[in-house]
Amino acid sequence: MSLILAITIGALYAIGTYALFDRFLSRIIIGLALLGHGSVLMLLFAGGTPNEPPFADSSISPEEFADPLPQALALTAIVITFGVLVFLLAVSYRSWTLTHDDEVEDDLEDARLASDDRVSHSVERELSALDEDLEER
Amino acid sequence: MRVLIALPILIPMTASAITLLTMRTGRLQRAVSIGASAATLAASVALLVRIEAEGVTAVGVGGWAPDVGIALVADLFACLLLVVSHIAIFSVLVYSVGHPRTRDSGTVFHPLYLAMTAGVSLAFLTGDLFNLFVAFEILLTASYALLTLGGRREQIRPAMTYIVISLVASLLFITAIGLIYAATGTVNLAKLAVELEQLPGDVRTALGLLLLVVFGTKAAVFPLFFWLPDSYPTAPSPVSAVFAGLLTKVGVYAIIRSQTLLFPRDEPWWLLSIVAGTTMFIGVLGAVAQQDMKRILSFHIVSQIGYMIMGVALFSVAGVAAAIFYLMHHIPVKTSLFLLEGIVEQTAGSSRLDRVSGIARSRPVVAALFMIVAMSLAGIPPLSGFIGKFALLQASVEDDQWIIVVVALVVSILTLFSMTKIWNAVFWGQPSTGLAPLASNVDSHRSMLAATAGLVMLTLAIAAGAGPLYDLSERAATDLLIRGPYLDAIFSL
Repeated sequence: MSLILAITIGALYAIGTYALFDRFLSRIIIGLALLGHGSVLMLLFAGGTPNEPPFADSSISPEEFADPLPQALALTAIVITFGVLVFLLAVSYRSWTLTHDDEVEDDLEDARLASDDRVSHSVERELSALDEDLEER
Repeated sequence: MRVLIALPILIPMTASAITLLTMRTGRLQRAVSIGASAATLAASVALLVRIEAEGVTAVGVGGWAPDVGIALVADLFACLLLVVSHIAIFSVLVYSVGHPRTRDSGTVFHPLYLAMTAGVSLAFLTGDLFNLFVAFEILLTASYALLTLGGRREQIRPAMTYIVISLVASLLFITAIGLIYAATGTVNLAKLAVELEQLPGDVRTALGLLLLVVFGTKAAVFPLFFWLPDSYPTAPSPVSAVFAGLLTKVGVYAIIRSQTLLFPRDEPWWLLSIVAGTTMFIGVLGAVAQQDMKRILSFHIVSQIGYMIMGVALFSVAGVAAAIFYLMHHIPVKTSLFLLEGIVEQTAGSSRLDRVSGIARSRPVVAALFMIVAMSLAGIPPLSGFIGKFALLQASVEDDQWIIVVVALVVSILTLFSMTKIWNAVFWGQPSTGLAPLASNVDSHRSMLAATAGLVMLTLAIAAGAGPLYDLSERAATDLLIRGPYLDAIFSL
């Protein structure tokens, strides 16, 4: 039982991490969802061996209870990761409506700084000054 | 006393709900928001005064014992940061009432801002590792929404980076909590402090490093800082100001708390020293390369985090005390720098160094305020930054950490250089023409300027009252390192 659970957790982490390195936002979000499932299962797994449901039946002695705390923690973690993932989906939809592009671009500022020799920079400045002059007229 | 510990969390949380209900009435919402923020500040000050007199105090939420319920713990370290943070939060709120991008961006700003405030308070006061995760999520989720406020094209992509990185760090945090619970069977910080000592050394080290990676990502230390200079500058100025002043500092708080309480050491830790040195150096190099005021300031956040980590890495009373003092100086200084940047942007229409000039002539008060905080950031005597850096260097010399002393001094000079760069381009010279100012309303400028001036005065007050404040930091650091008072407070519940 716990070997299967351990393998499942490992697989979820592995696939989640792999998807996280993708260039498409939708796959990154799926990767995050899988990572989230993995970590929540991990939290549940931390409670030790599965056992009788806690507090449900007064005839069961506390020694036979499953540890209830990790279950409560896992529930909280599920709610939080779910909420944040939905928000992330909304933001990525907003990004898609604005750009019609699901791909993560290269860092523009980084590329600009890398190619920033002084000549091209001064040319760019002159061009923008020219633009502003035209706008004023 | 018991209620007092919960008040800095309860007031903003309740007010957040009220401001959500009063969304249609702009004036009432603003009044509730500012009133709640002032009340939170008052409660934190009252708490600091009580804790200063009575020592560390803990409360079991809902009357539960700490091993089943959540404990809130107030010690001197948490209370000092609580007060400074709420002063910054209150000032930024007053400022945001005048700033067009937060004033006009619908009415969701206030509920989000107050929820974030509650998250910050909870992170400082909680005595439970899982509750710390919840506190981080409260403030982060609010910050995601604040960062994307307005949903402009240039905001969305950096916000995605920020959300994805924060979420990955949060999932790692859940994993770490799961592993720690599996190893010890508790998430209460005081019980963990005892239980973790029973573990084999390598398991303990692994858990400590995992938590360091989690909090290091939130605090933006090298090599986990890349998200920060991208995402912070795109938000409206009041939002980036409060992010810059507070959010990464909550990460630093978590590093200090977890490393001193859960994984104590007797001698300097080389790994943290290296992290501190590279963080400050890489951060300041990034700042030197930038051509935009907001981006320069964002890279300086990273660089300054290095100084705080440098103090913690020593694991001595002098080092931790200096780090706490540095945190208290840094929050108002960094926040007011971003607020001043916001005023410059409103006045001149841009924050790019090659487009703005001559602010010193058109807005001399703004220029004077910038001069004070910029010099404080660089560490020029007699300002608060000098005292903080001096304390850090002295503590490092006591422990013979000469390399980090040299790095810190070089970084100070580079900081001064990039502040001079901003000063020369933005404040000196002839006032720029061509770009239209974004705000024409004089009243809005007044509330923005008043809030900023108040924060700058606070940094001067920190410099003037450095003696007693440093004594307080030293007491807080002693409590952190001997751990006894914190553990006793929780176990005596």
